[in-house]
Amino acid sequence: MNKSLFTDPLVDNNPITRQVLGICSALAVTVKLEQALVMTLALTFVLTMSNIIVSMLRKYIPSSIRIIVQLTVISTLVTLIDKAIAAYMYDLSKELSVFIALIVTNCIVMGRADAFAMQNNVKDSLMDGLGNSFGYGVILILVAFFRELFGFGTFFGYVLIPEAYNNGLMLLAPGAFIILGLIIWAQRSLTAFVED
Amino acid sequence: MDIIVHYFSLAIKSIFIENILLAYFLGMCSFLAISKNVDASKGIGKAVIFVNGLTVPINWILNTYLLKDGALSWLASLTGIMQLANVNLDFLRILCFIATIAALVQFVEMFIDKFSPSLYNSLGIFLPLITVNCSILGASIFMNERGYTFGESIVFGLSSGVGFYLAIVTMAAIRFKLKYSNVPDGLKGLGITMILTGLLSMAYLAFSGIQL
Repeated sequence: MNKSLFTDPLVDNNPITRQVLGICSALAVTVKLEQALVMTLALTFVLTMSNIIVSMLRKYIPSSIRIIVQLTVISTLVTLIDKAIAAYMYDLSKELSVFIALIVTNCIVMGRADAFAMQNNVKDSLMDGLGNSFGYGVILILVAFFRELFGFGTFFGYVLIPEAYNNGLMLLAPGAFIILGLIIWAQRSLTAFVED
Repeated sequence: MDIIVHYFSLAIKSIFIENILLAYFLGMCSFLAISKNVDASKGIGKAVIFVNGLTVPINWILNTYLLKDGALSWLASLTGIMQLANVNLDFLRILCFIATIAALVQFVEMFIDKFSPSLYNSLGIFLPLITVNCSILGASIFMNERGYTFGESIVFGLSSGVGFYLAIVTMAAIRFKLKYSNVPDGLKGLGITMILTGLLSMAYLAFSGIQL
């Protein structure tokens, strides 16, 4: 078993901070930790399953229609998870609104299916799917941790900072952009990666 | 007259106040990748306006006459099979929307390749990228969630594209100037772009006080 397939995407080749994929949802569903956690689980399901299915079908998919086939596989999986969340966690599904459905066009899922699962066997694709999901999840949860802490003053709903010190900007769009920018800065300084 | 005012305020709202990119984060991937270059940004911006203006109304038709709860009642009265009126094909929505987008993009690409080579040269290479741009699928899903009418969906599709165009071209211009500034190593590229986008989105927040 090739371990690096799983560990690489966690830090060194992180899908968000290094490959620049799947940024939309990393910003949108990170107001609260709970949302970020559910989003990570949903993406883990879709990415891992789509990697497995595309990898199983890879010898039968003609390359000219591969995008359509991948999109069909992915959107079926997304419909499943979307309906499951709406059935079991109705309030949360309202908060996540369109972003579960938009996993279809999340570039991580399409990118891994096209770039990795089309060329590799099922076992490697499974590891790659898990690794990239967790790499995505780590960043999502970090962003959500800071936004919830500074925005609402809470950690999973437990109050840590009194309401008077809460910073409303963290809950709005600019807070998300700036927090993610700072996390990218920290991550790239630690790994000494410089983009030209 | 009322209807024109209504459409105009919807357009202003979706371009500035609820900018699809800066307020809803849709289409970030292509935004970050392409805003390095002003000309390419204009190209993808136009492609988004064009494709959004087509797919949102088409998906509206599809949603109203095929997918919504009870959408098939026109077929029920046509064929006399009354059970059709109770059919709810809601669960097919994501699949149908993305299929429409993928098929339409492919079709538009072939069409302009055949009839307008000059347009193809400026737009062509961006069209395949558009299929997986979240702002296209996102606009269609928003259209459904907010329950727009057919007219509103045309205005919304076009103006959310215009919002994307405005944001990406602004960002490309800023990044062009940024080449001459001294940015810390780890912040170069993606990091500084995220922070700049944050500031840009803060500027757009100023529009949110406008009452329409």
